[in-house]
Amino acid sequence: MSATILEQIPGLGDDTRRLHAPVRLALLALTVLVSLLLFAVTPLQGQADFVVFVVVAFAVVQTATSFALEGRRHALDRLLSLGVHLALLAAVVPLVSVLSYTVYKGVKKLDGQFLTHNLTGLGPLDTNGGEYHAIIGTLEQVLMATAIAVPLGLLVAIYITEYGTGWLVSAVRFVIDVMTGIPSIVAGLFIFAFWVIGLHRGYSGLAAAFSLTILMLPVVVRSSEEMIKLVPAELREASYALGLPKWKTILRVVLPTASAGITTGAMLAVARVTGETAPLLLTSFITPATNTDPLSGKQAAIPTFIFSQIGLGRPVNYDRAWAAALTLIALVLVLYISARLLTRRNTLSRR
Amino acid sequence: MSKRIVAEDVNAYYGSAQAIAGVSLAIEPKSVTALIGPSGCGKSTFLRTLNRLHEVIPGARVEGKVLLDSEDLYGPGIDAVAVRRTIGMVFQRPNPFPTMSIRDNVASGLRLNGIKNKQVLDEAVERSLRGANLWNEVKDRLGKPGAGLSGGQQQRLCIARAIAVEPQVLLMDEPCSALDPISTLAIEDLMTELKERFTIVIVTHNMQQAARVSDRTGFFSLEATGEPGRLIEIDTTEKIFSNPSEKRTEDYITGRFG
Ligand SMILES: Nc1ncnc2c1ncn2[C@@H]1O[C@H](COP(=O)(O)OP(=O)(O)OP(=O)(O)O)[C@@H](O)[C@H]1O
Ligand SMILES: [Mg+2]
Repeated sequence: MSATILEQIPGLGDDTRRLHAPVRLALLALTVLVSLLLFAVTPLQGQADFVVFVVVAFAVVQTATSFALEGRRHALDRLLSLGVHLALLAAVVPLVSVLSYTVYKGVKKLDGQFLTHNLTGLGPLDTNGGEYHAIIGTLEQVLMATAIAVPLGLLVAIYITEYGTGWLVSAVRFVIDVMTGIPSIVAGLFIFAFWVIGLHRGYSGLAAAFSLTILMLPVVVRSSEEMIKLVPAELREASYALGLPKWKTILRVVLPTASAGITTGAMLAVARVTGETAPLLLTSFITPATNTDPLSGKQAAIPTFIFSQIGLGRPVNYDRAWAAALTLIALVLVLYISARLLTRRNTLSRR
Repeated sequence: MSKRIVAEDVNAYYGSAQAIAGVSLAIEPKSVTALIGPSGCGKSTFLRTLNRLHEVIPGARVEGKVLLDSEDLYGPGIDAVAVRRTIGMVFQRPNPFPTMSIRDNVASGLRLNGIKNKQVLDEAVERSLRGANLWNEVKDRLGKPGAGLSGGQQQRLCIARAIAVEPQVLLMDEPCSALDPISTLAIEDLMTELKERFTIVIVTHNMQQAARVSDRTGFFSLEATGEPGRLIEIDTTEKIFSNPSEKRTEDYITGRFG
């Protein structure tokens, strides 16, 4: 009885005629062989062309075989699953290659001496020197920007989701949306005109931090807002029903519940601005010397370090730039992982 | 400890839609009052007017009086937050705070009253968990997250959380609807114990449950969809289930509703 029902459903009836993995491998091998032959005897050539040709040919061959053997549904399934896997590959390959190429190029110069020295007193041909001053600058600038943007952004998000009503919320939202679209060079230009020149403060790490804050703020607000909205109403009501006032409900229930998401959003904002170059050129500028005081004077940063090194164009400059790029990636990674660990600890053992 | 509640002509609205109309009833102290009625007739809404939780929904408002031992909860100068401290609530779906341990969940209501003394808190946690029949199951893992318990345990954790602040009244909105028969029985036994100390109001769709645990039963219904829900009658549970004065009540109880 059940067998007849199964047979009536196309593609379900006969499960013995399937394209098993070895068969598909054989098909792939066959496709590669035939393609090699074709590339040898016909005018077809080129490595990239070959790869594309094989992929398309394999898709056609497999789908056709599957259609003949397994039926329409399986054929479609195989085609789509091949497509999805190719898309995954297309997404991952550039990421992995950027990372691995940076590591490959960067490790050459990245050593203790590179991490602990600056570029003062070096001639254009010297191969020593390092990015100590740039690391200090980036850490200080990003830290200050985070210290301003994250609390401020969180407060704005809390206002929008919990307290605001009517046109004021729409106005705040609109401003935040507009801020999201500000090109980073414009943020730098604004601080340059307003702070560096306008208020005669000159270049400084603080000015750079201000311009980074402008870029971070909308990201922090938007992501925190979404995360706060995700906290179920039932949890708030449970808290209200215990007699917790609204502000305590937000502080003790809503924010802890949303903290992992808020941290992720904040870290994305940090990661985004850590590599910003354009605004720094207008606010902290470039210097070969170490400046630990973020409040005054030019200050180096890793992105501007890379920029200025590439501009000099000798092999040693390229090596320094790659090493600095690797440091930048590592820095973002360390920040991200430590933030995740921090929230994990907080959510699990709050007492 | 436990107080009498009198509702006088309570109307509740969601925006412009009226959910309940003209509900007047008395809830006796140290007893269990069950509210029954078809879905959508406003039982939850009425329950939430009793601890002023209705008004936290944007656009929602309440008209009428709710007297707690002659004090009007909606009177001028009455703080909704203070009301909610006196009248605890347990919800249909267990909702322990996911970021807090079992201990912190139970202690969360007390902390806000400024109680910081660890010993006092620990005693209250143990007392409440024992009161909710959960102590033996969780005493070895008080530091673990409350969300890691089974559904029935989570609901009893929520009951422990609610009774930890020693409220005068305990409101329960279908507290057993997500639970298995054994957990349900545990919570019903618990209600019988708790009514020695608290006034209990429970919303339930389970007639047997209402008959088993409650002393008085109120029947809510609505004339038609879109109409506000009304209280049809309230009387001793025995009378409602054996010889109700309204035909509609009898139809509902015997399953001939609608
Ligand atoms: N948050 C809300 N916003 C708008 N209308 C609501 C809201 N909550 C409930 N209502 C409406 O109010 C009416 C009463 O709902 P209520 O939840 O009190 O019914 P109930 O008797 O508890 O039903 P059930 O037995 O299904 O839980 C319903 O018509 C419902 O659609
Ligand atoms: Mg309900």
